[in-house]
Amino acid sequence: MGKPIIHMENIEKHFGNIIALAGVSFDVVPGECHCLLGDNGAGKSTFIKTMSGVHKPTKGSITLDGKPMNFDSPRDAMEAGIATVFQDLAMIPLMSVTRNFFMGREPTKGSGPFKRLDINTANEICVNSMREMGINLRGPDQAVGTLSGGERQTVAIARAVHFGAKVLILDEPTSALGVRQTSNVLATIDRVRKQGVGVVFITHNVRHSLAVGDRFTVLNRGKTLGTAARGEITAEELQDLMAGGQELASLEGSLGGTV
Amino acid sequence: MTDVAQIVADERLKKESFGARLMKRPELGAIAGVVLVTIFFLFTADSAMFTLSGIMNFMTPAAQLGILAIGAAMLMIGGEFDLSIGSMVAFAGLIFGSCVVTFGLPLLLAIPITFLFAALVGAVNGSIVLRTGLPSFIVTLAFLFVLRGVSLVGLKLATGGSTQLRGVRDAIEGDFLTPLFSGDAFSGVFAWLARIGVVETFKNGTPKVPGIPVEILWFIAIALAATYILLRTPYGNWIFAAGGDRNAASNSGVPVRRVKIALFMLTACCAALVAIITVMDSGSTDARRGFMKEFEAIIAAVIGGCLLTGGYGSAIGAFFGAIIFGMVVIGLSYTNFDQDWFQVFLGGMLLIAVLFNNYIRKRVTGER
Ligand SMILES: Nc1ncnc2c1ncn2[C@@H]1O[C@H](COP(=O)(O)OP(=O)(O)OP(=O)(O)O)[C@@H](O)[C@H]1O
Ligand SMILES: [Mg+2]
Repeated sequence: MGKPIIHMENIEKHFGNIIALAGVSFDVVPGECHCLLGDNGAGKSTFIKTMSGVHKPTKGSITLDGKPMNFDSPRDAMEAGIATVFQDLAMIPLMSVTRNFFMGREPTKGSGPFKRLDINTANEICVNSMREMGINLRGPDQAVGTLSGGERQTVAIARAVHFGAKVLILDEPTSALGVRQTSNVLATIDRVRKQGVGVVFITHNVRHSLAVGDRFTVLNRGKTLGTAARGEITAEELQDLMAGGQELASLEGSLGGTV
Repeated sequence: MTDVAQIVADERLKKESFGARLMKRPELGAIAGVVLVTIFFLFTADSAMFTLSGIMNFMTPAAQLGILAIGAAMLMIGGEFDLSIGSMVAFAGLIFGSCVVTFGLPLLLAIPITFLFAALVGAVNGSIVLRTGLPSFIVTLAFLFVLRGVSLVGLKLATGGSTQLRGVRDAIEGDFLTPLFSGDAFSGVFAWLARIGVVETFKNGTPKVPGIPVEILWFIAIALAATYILLRTPYGNWIFAAGGDRNAASNSGVPVRRVKIALFMLTACCAALVAIITVMDSGSTDARRGFMKEFEAIIAAVIGGCLLTGGYGSAIGAFFGAIIFGMVVIGLSYTNFDQDWFQVFLGGMLLIAVLFNNYIRKRVTGER
């Protein structure tokens, strides 16, 4: 396996007296899909938010391409090539699909004081990216608030795929998607992985994770239960870990060893 | 694909009539308001109201309010309020007045210093709001009083006990920047128009309208610039995003803090510009300058389609909202109605505008 693009070492995150993450280590290598699994409230979203610059870790270090990184904002992380589909999608209902798609990273034309939005290019990229994901937009100027839940999720995914040059983080991207769109997303993960992007994929669906995952890390109550490579773990074992986590692991010591 | 027009038409899309598309524009309400108010005064007011000099008459107060309203509108779109802009007019007036009168500075220094102070207060306002997470409504309400008080105390210090600082006109006489901020522009053109009989003249041959008051030109220029920024630049997109949902915007890479602080500074600078123009116009400054203007500016912005929740609105809407104000304030004096109906009108307009905007928002977002 290659050298990791991003390496997270012993990440802790506290919110006041709440310990959301109690020392999680994790890395992503180029061209792999690393699945992050775990029960509700395990800390998956919190963890990827430290990776995408939303939260500053209370403790621990982040290394990007071998260099220590300290993201002050999601903008920093994006400039480093990390794009994220957040669980809440980070969309603005009153704004058009295109404006949401390019929010924060608008294409421009002209220079100096005449630098202005390149709306035509933006619309075109947006419609094409959405079509690749299997959704034909009625119009790129439709307000996001009027889209269906799945359409909205697809906009967020298409946006992250478009901007995720090095790392693509997907926090439960298929939770609202139809059958066709879900397989599209899985195919897209496979495609960008082959282009050398490192993918972090959070899901509650074992089948989806086994379909595209190269490695699987299970979180439970803010800690990792361990990481397993593809082929080292069966669907049943993974399912048990995701559901019961620690109780199962401590009850059956043998399982802890295999993961 | 090189053109949006080539994006295939979708069979799930009904052809939208021009009217229906218009209904989705935030400034529609304000434009409809201008039409209604114009019709109203065409029937009730003396015909002098809609002569050239009558139009200049109501456009001047409209412009003074409008410059504030456009600043307020941009800030509201960005999701914040500034209740201190009225007091900021008095404060900036004090800074400007004491620069030119007390310290005898030329405009080349006095004007940048005034803007600097205003921007600084705006930045303080913004930083407090962002750092504490308190509603901007409360923080700027505090500054409404602070700035008004500072203006009073400062005026007394500068004048030795009076609350009015005079002598601005003498101090700026002959300064090369004066024509940019006071008096009428294009007076040559208007004199020529008068000679060829397009513009009415007084008996002695001078035109009844000597030119376009400069504040009207500032007003139009600022409205156009604000509209361009909002609709055609990345910053505009950031402003809408920051106001629409701060978290989502920030998570998508919009530098929300920077955007909001810049907006607070911009709004304060709009107030400073109004202060400079009106102080130079009247030749003095006093502590009541800009009194209650914050509310009028916000009302004009709301009439112009700004949502109180942020993320939606238009600078052109605020432009027309301010014109409605000017028309009604001045227009009533051309009618037989009591001037004080203005207040009633103000409240009524605000209520109608808010109801209308609420309806529009639901249509745009498809909220049910
Ligand atoms: N801003 C916050 N303040 C306080 N507690 C928080 C905050 N964010 C997350 N937490 C807590 O951290 C824990 C982990 O939350 P997180 O959202 O990371 O879970 P998750 O693994 O993504 O769950 P799910 O599968 O339901 O999305 C939860 O118990 C949550 O209450
Ligand atoms: Mg989550």
